[in-house]
Amino acid sequence: MLLIPCPWCGPRDEAEFHYGGQAHVPYPQTPASLTDEEWARYLFFRDNPKGPFAERWTHAAGCRRWFNAVRDTSTNEVLAVYRAGEERPATVEPRPVTSQPSPAQPARPAFEDEASSVPKRGPGGGSPQDGTGRGGGGESLFRHSTRGRIDRDTPLTFTFDGTEYQGFRGDTLASALLANGVIQAGTSIKLGRPRGIFSAGVEEPNAVVQIEAPFPEPMLPATTVELYDGLVASSLPGQGRLATEPDPARYDAVHAHCDLLIVGAGPAGLAAAAAAARSGARVILADDQPEPGGSLLGTAEHLDWVADVTGQLDAAPDVRVLRRTTVFGYYDDNHLLAVERRTNHLGADAPENVSRERVWRIRARHVVLATGAHERSLAFPDNDRPGVMLAASARTHVNRHGALPGRHALVLTTNDSAYAAALDLAAAGVAVAAIVDTRPEPGEWAKRARAAGIEVLPGHAVTGTDGDPRLTAVTVAPYGQSVGQREYAVDLLLVSGGWNPVAHLFSQSGGKLRYDEALGSFVPDTCRQAVEVVGGASGLHDPAEVLAQGAAAGARAVEAEGYTAETPSLPDVAALPQTPPMHVYVVPGASDAPRFVDLQRDVTVDDLARATGAGMRSVEHTKRYTTAGTANDQGKTSGVLASGVVAELLGVDISALGTTTFRPPYTPVSFAALAGRDRGALSDPVRTTALHAWHVAHGALFENVGQWKRPWYYPRDGEDMEAAVLRECRAAREGVAFMDASTLGKIDVQGPDAGVLLDRLYTNMMSTLKVGMIRYGVMCRPDGMVFDDGTVIRLAQDRFLVTTTTGNAAAVLDWMEEWLQTEWPELKVHCTSVTEQWATVALVGPKSREVLGSLAPRLAVANEDFPFMAWRETTVAGIDARVCRISFSGELAYEINVSPWAALALWEALYEAGAAYGITPYGTETMHVLRAEKGYPIIGQDTDGTVTPQDLGMSWVVSKKKPDFVGKRSYARADTVRPDRKHLVGLLPEDHGTLLPEGTHLIADSVLPAPPVPMLGHVTSSYRSAALGRTFALALIKGGRDRIGERLYAPVGDRLVPVTVAGPVLYDPEGARRDG
Amino acid sequence: MADDTLTAPLRSPLSQVADRLAAATRTSEGAIRLAELPFLAQLNVRLDAKGAAAAAVGLALDVPLPLQPNSVVRAGELTVLWLGPDEWLLVGPPGSGPEWESRIREAAGDEPVAVTDVSAQRTTLLVTGPRARDLLAHGCPLDLHPRAFDSGRCAQTTLGRTQIVLVARGEPRAGFWVLVRSSFAGYLADWLLDAATEYI
Repeated sequence: MLLIPCPWCGPRDEAEFHYGGQAHVPYPQTPASLTDEEWARYLFFRDNPKGPFAERWTHAAGCRRWFNAVRDTSTNEVLAVYRAGEERPATVEPRPVTSQPSPAQPARPAFEDEASSVPKRGPGGGSPQDGTGRGGGGESLFRHSTRGRIDRDTPLTFTFDGTEYQGFRGDTLASALLANGVIQAGTSIKLGRPRGIFSAGVEEPNAVVQIEAPFPEPMLPATTVELYDGLVASSLPGQGRLATEPDPARYDAVHAHCDLLIVGAGPAGLAAAAAAARSGARVILADDQPEPGGSLLGTAEHLDWVADVTGQLDAAPDVRVLRRTTVFGYYDDNHLLAVERRTNHLGADAPENVSRERVWRIRARHVVLATGAHERSLAFPDNDRPGVMLAASARTHVNRHGALPGRHALVLTTNDSAYAAALDLAAAGVAVAAIVDTRPEPGEWAKRARAAGIEVLPGHAVTGTDGDPRLTAVTVAPYGQSVGQREYAVDLLLVSGGWNPVAHLFSQSGGKLRYDEALGSFVPDTCRQAVEVVGGASGLHDPAEVLAQGAAAGARAVEAEGYTAETPSLPDVAALPQTPPMHVYVVPGASDAPRFVDLQRDVTVDDLARATGAGMRSVEHTKRYTTAGTANDQGKTSGVLASGVVAELLGVDISALGTTTFRPPYTPVSFAALAGRDRGALSDPVRTTALHAWHVAHGALFENVGQWKRPWYYPRDGEDMEAAVLRECRAAREGVAFMDASTLGKIDVQGPDAGVLLDRLYTNMMSTLKVGMIRYGVMCRPDGMVFDDGTVIRLAQDRFLVTTTTGNAAAVLDWMEEWLQTEWPELKVHCTSVTEQWATVALVGPKSREVLGSLAPRLAVANEDFPFMAWRETTVAGIDARVCRISFSGELAYEINVSPWAALALWEALYEAGAAYGITPYGTETMHVLRAEKGYPIIGQDTDGTVTPQDLGMSWVVSKKKPDFVGKRSYARADTVRPDRKHLVGLLPEDHGTLLPEGTHLIADSVLPAPPVPMLGHVTSSYRSAALGRTFALALIKGGRDRIGERLYAPVGDRLVPVTVAGPVLYDPEGARRDG
Repeated sequence: MADDTLTAPLRSPLSQVADRLAAATRTSEGAIRLAELPFLAQLNVRLDAKGAAAAAVGLALDVPLPLQPNSVVRAGELTVLWLGPDEWLLVGPPGSGPEWESRIREAAGDEPVAVTDVSAQRTTLLVTGPRARDLLAHGCPLDLHPRAFDSGRCAQTTLGRTQIVLVARGEPRAGFWVLVRSSFAGYLADWLLDAATEYI
């Protein structure tokens, strides 16, 4: 959602504005002097540049001012706005592209003491309990006795694939399954291979499950589902099932504004928030987990500091911490969407009046992205067996949930980070058989591992796995060799192929990524928006640097808004030894076994090889060819791996390939959340008149006209639509009938130049209209095509009331304002909508004069006193009223305008006074029939933007006297004087009972010729007429007026229905009935 | 008026919703107050802000027409809203419109001024209570934080899927006026009542 700065109202959401096309295309001074080509150039030709473009906009939902904006068409950035009539600013510079501040090497905060560089072993020295391993009880081989942030006092019972298990509050479904010894959580989508829990977060490609109860939800990663009592879930074959019942939960949305939005509450995000928290700036910190901490929850480090900062943030009045909230989309002008899962984790205990999920629409002055990094996997044979897991994820399951993903582990890594995981797992009682490091010289971390009693195999790799279905053995060999293989009996293989900064949101914001050679991945580089990326998302890993960088970014953001940041207290962290990672994607070695790249789409190295073999050279192409990265994990763990594999296959550097495009949403968002409360009755506004309740009470069926509900017809007991409409039509033609015409648009036009304005916008002359009289008028676009019609009432010398069609009221007012504000600012005239200021009742029929006269004792109703197209102020039924003698039916008719506050009283008085004459309420269908019998067109039904007044047979409404009006020049264009233009004519089916479907085409011959069939035109309106005793239609027919009396044919189904062309006025062509 | 005057009570756009608004107000135990303020006099005034009429009209109204975009001034029972650089909305007690109109026309003299009675064009909803901002934030894209939108501010914007004129009322805690086109009032009342579900 762009934020467009209205020159008057300031920045507002794009949705409040309407676009008006290229600016500075002035209406020609004397259109009549232009050649057809010059005129066509004005009408139809506009620039279409890439880059800055001056265009018109109107703040339609705000101050209704038209203004100009210079917008960069390639970035959508609004570079300047200026008021109508002002010159375009000379040079407009695009917003500078800002680089990521270089990874800060700020003076490191003075830490109290440099702690031991060995990662903490977690609280206590507890060991895993022995147990049976499956089903039931809290005791399990796979649950550590003390570790984790689970609430052991709150056991929860859940069911997975029909078996009941127990977990604890604080578990995810995945961790609870692991703690019960269950790792397989589904089968793969194409190959049906067993797949296990692979991660501990949103990146999960394998363990995507179906929640069955309390409400069915498909395709949720078990690693993101918080466990609750009574949860029922089942594994999936790669695809879920949509619920067949409507979702009973409530979903809503809320708008939020802040100076600083921080995405991610890991160390960097918390440091940024801590720096900003007490500055007075409005800060939102959003994190997808139930509690802040991010990666620290998984490493179990500095949790005291996390708790301290969280406490400060919760207490700060201008800080909002959004937990369980995923920021999923980053749009223009720092507009971000997030979804907060508010009651999902409560299961059946969720309160009904609290929305289950809430979409946050956040507009932030500054954004700090602290979204962390995802570990990536490696492509080696049979790398998909249940028991293969990302190393840091296993560490998270152990430290955060006390869940042990296996008992005997082997570690495969290309970098340092897996060592800490191995050490933590070993400390938690998992037997770590060896660390297999592809690097020949792993450095300091290897020493630490060996010191802890773990074997390290430098320059080795995994060449295969075994197990059915769960991993039982892993084969290891020296890197790139097939000799010297060793086999390890393990049930867990931890893999780390390096880290991918989570750059999704940054990329969505328009930011560019660059390849970081040292990191072997893509990191945020430059962006036009006010955003900084910190922590793992920026490619940093050193904890001290991460914290300092986060704090600095938080401080910069609030200081840019004029607030004073504070230096937050940061935990004392030790510098970690660092040995550069090795960049490995495909583990070398021959094997027949599949090497999976995208686990969720079952895409292997061989599949990608087929893609490059078929000539693909771009990762966008290989993605579409193989579907790699298109599953609902969107390739979070596999995307960079796929780029690396393709680079190897093509023999190019991965930096030359880049990544595929990141698009919202970052994680899947349910349609229910996106729809929010805009469902059912609230899905679209319903506009009603002051008489709506009466219509409902009297059995009206309604027609939607724009957003209005208009009575369509009022069936009586046993009547179908045809019978009801024929009855209503008869009442209007033979007695008296009335309808609610309040929906017509009404515009009050005031000022000394009101007549001039209307003369320029209507095809006919309005300035000569006398006060007290009414004139019908047609408005056209400059191309001469009919745009709207209605009546114009002259209220005073300098005041008119213009009526528009129901659906076009806002567009006509916009149109008038556009001309006034951009072309004719010198005119002293103002236009104000008064559509709802008046309720309008049409009183129709030969008996309408009697009914009106009985209620308006002071009104002289005789024809000579109150002639056609005159209006009078009077009282009707004691209500102040403006009565107009207008007819849209050809009958004697009145339109009575009163305050809507009194409309019901008027309507009921008419109903009572007309009872003696059988007064009948009628709806839009009858109105349509009555007007069609008279050949009155409905703009938008009988016209479609390609029809001139002349085509409608209304040359009489086009002034010959006025020197110019909008549309006039176009009536001299060669195209508008063609004799074969389509004319509006009547059509009479030869069989009086045959009703032509609207839209039916018309042809000349009684035999359908071979295609292409020459079409003469089409039916625009078609009805049964009580007055004519037959069916009839209106149609746009080529040269129609010259064909009157001709027989044409209308293909309807298999038949060719013969019809006769007639003039459009089929009823009372002399107009004898108008005066009663 | 003559003796044929009908004394039927006037019906406001939300007269049939009044009970539901009152019930929501009661149930919220003070968190939210919703009510229609029916029949307020409303005049749309258009004139050249730089012309002689602007000052004269200000004098006649005892309050200058606000020139700051999206601002509101009050004098006694009269509230004047900026709607555009040459457009204002006067809101006064029911029935006061004709008097204001004649004062304005008299003050403007021969200067061109457009005055249009729009009292029935929109109705006014009172939205107040400690959760009023939260309630409106469900559907209004504007920043309603007191720093950005406090008393003295008004805005033409959207709420839910309809256009509104939003007014931050004078006194602290006095909440908001939401002026809505009468034909949309039923929709908006339903929308507000639904949005309030969590607070009642």
